[in-house]
Amino acid sequence: MSVARFWRKIPQRYNMLGTKCETCGRHFFPPRSFCPDCRRSGKVVDYKFAGLGTVVTFTVIHTANEQFEAFTPYVLAIVKLDEGPRMTAQIVCRPDQVTIGMRVKSVFRRIAADGESGIIHYGTKFVPVE
Amino acid sequence: MRDVAIIGIGCTTFGEKWGSSFRDLFVEAGALALEDAQLSGEKIDAMYVGNMSAGRFIEQEHIGALIADYAGLATHHIPSTRVEAACASGGLAFRQAMIAVASGMEDIVVAAGVEKMTDVEPGASTDTLTGAADREWEGFVGATFPGLYAMIATDYMHRYPLTREQLAQVAVKNHYNGARNPIAQFQQEITINTVLKSTMVAEPLRLFDCSPITDGAAAVIVAPLERAREFTDTPIRILASAQASDTITLHDRRDISTLDASVAAGQRAFRMAKLTHKDIDLIEVHDCFSIAEICAIEDLGFCKKGLAGRLTAEGETALNGRIPVNTSGGLKACGHPVGATGIKQVYEVVQQLRGEAGKRQIDGATIGMTHNVGGTGATVAVHIMGVD
Ligand SMILES: [Zn+2]
Repeated sequence: MSVARFWRKIPQRYNMLGTKCETCGRHFFPPRSFCPDCRRSGKVVDYKFAGLGTVVTFTVIHTANEQFEAFTPYVLAIVKLDEGPRMTAQIVCRPDQVTIGMRVKSVFRRIAADGESGIIHYGTKFVPVE
Repeated sequence: MRDVAIIGIGCTTFGEKWGSSFRDLFVEAGALALEDAQLSGEKIDAMYVGNMSAGRFIEQEHIGALIADYAGLATHHIPSTRVEAACASGGLAFRQAMIAVASGMEDIVVAAGVEKMTDVEPGASTDTLTGAADREWEGFVGATFPGLYAMIATDYMHRYPLTREQLAQVAVKNHYNGARNPIAQFQQEITINTVLKSTMVAEPLRLFDCSPITDGAAAVIVAPLERAREFTDTPIRILASAQASDTITLHDRRDISTLDASVAAGQRAFRMAKLTHKDIDLIEVHDCFSIAEICAIEDLGFCKKGLAGRLTAEGETALNGRIPVNTSGGLKACGHPVGATGIKQVYEVVQQLRGEAGKRQIDGATIGMTHNVGGTGATVAVHIMGVD
């Protein structure tokens, strides 16, 4: 992926920065500037997520795409943030440690290494909450 | 709206076709379809071509024009349109062709699908397929296509009584059917142990839970029903065409284990055809992964949620079962050249309804259904067709 394409989304990827609709209270991650429920009556503002959530479902990836081959096996999950939205992310834990319902919190980690350009991508992963 | 019928079908063999180029593939499928309809090319009014990613697989865009040209129709200047909806590209191309004829705008229309996937390394093809999901919020964080379906499987097995063996039976059944289909990529039967001992891809899915990388093309020709008998003694009438969308990401779905777009498209198709599940003699569903066939059977309403594993284990979806599923071998055994799959599903159902399916023939089949999925369920096309 191009450098610009990745860096464009840095505030969101690094800081769990999303949005919230003040009209209905719905939270959005990744951010949306238009509330699909309230439409024109929605008032959407920036919102920094607490980064706490629960594992909804997961897998352990053994065969990865090129950029992730060096990291296998790794745990991939859908995490439901406490504010409501769900997101896909890696969980930093042993493959046999992850369970549905496990509590997790977001951390800032290396995501992938781009073999051709040598660029290292950082972003949000989750770790188990003790 | 006019009634529309299928008057000709053609399909290449599916597989790793090192000797065939993208152009060779679609020319072969198109020629077979024309021959089947006893039609000469200059009678064609329009073409719709399903193709997911020639841009990344062979670095070629502008597929509509390329295909019209190599089909020998460049000098006829017919409209030729590429349709893209990831793995549902073929199903949508078929639907566009049907709509063009139904509307009265065109008469003889080709719906084709083609994908040449083996000209790039396996890692590159896997990455290209990840583009059917959300690149920025799924692919960029390490999701693979099998990984996303694996998360459906994990959720499903947590909530419903599906065993690992029942899931494997989907692949066993589809290989049994593929072994009876001359165009199938895999012609050998397998056992539950073959699946359970195969390489782990994304837990709980193993290599034999996954459809392969495939080259292939398929084409069908549609025409107004009232003209169909000019071309064939066995026109197959299109009874319903439905399409539905959902969120591009898996994580934004209402329910991880239910493809709501399958539910919506299925219901619309039954309504349009004025038919019920009992009327359907066979279905070709989108089994890109074993768990996808389980979900499809349920989401289309052929059994309650949670029961498709048992239905499969009890043989109800086999060739001699109550509702045969994927008589072609499905994506798993017949192969999955992504843009061609939706057209191949129609090709299989037409063969069954004409009684031309050989060793996998469903006796007395008169009505069949196809179910084609793009991504993890962001696009679904469902068609019902029957003997006229
Ligand atoms: Zn709102």
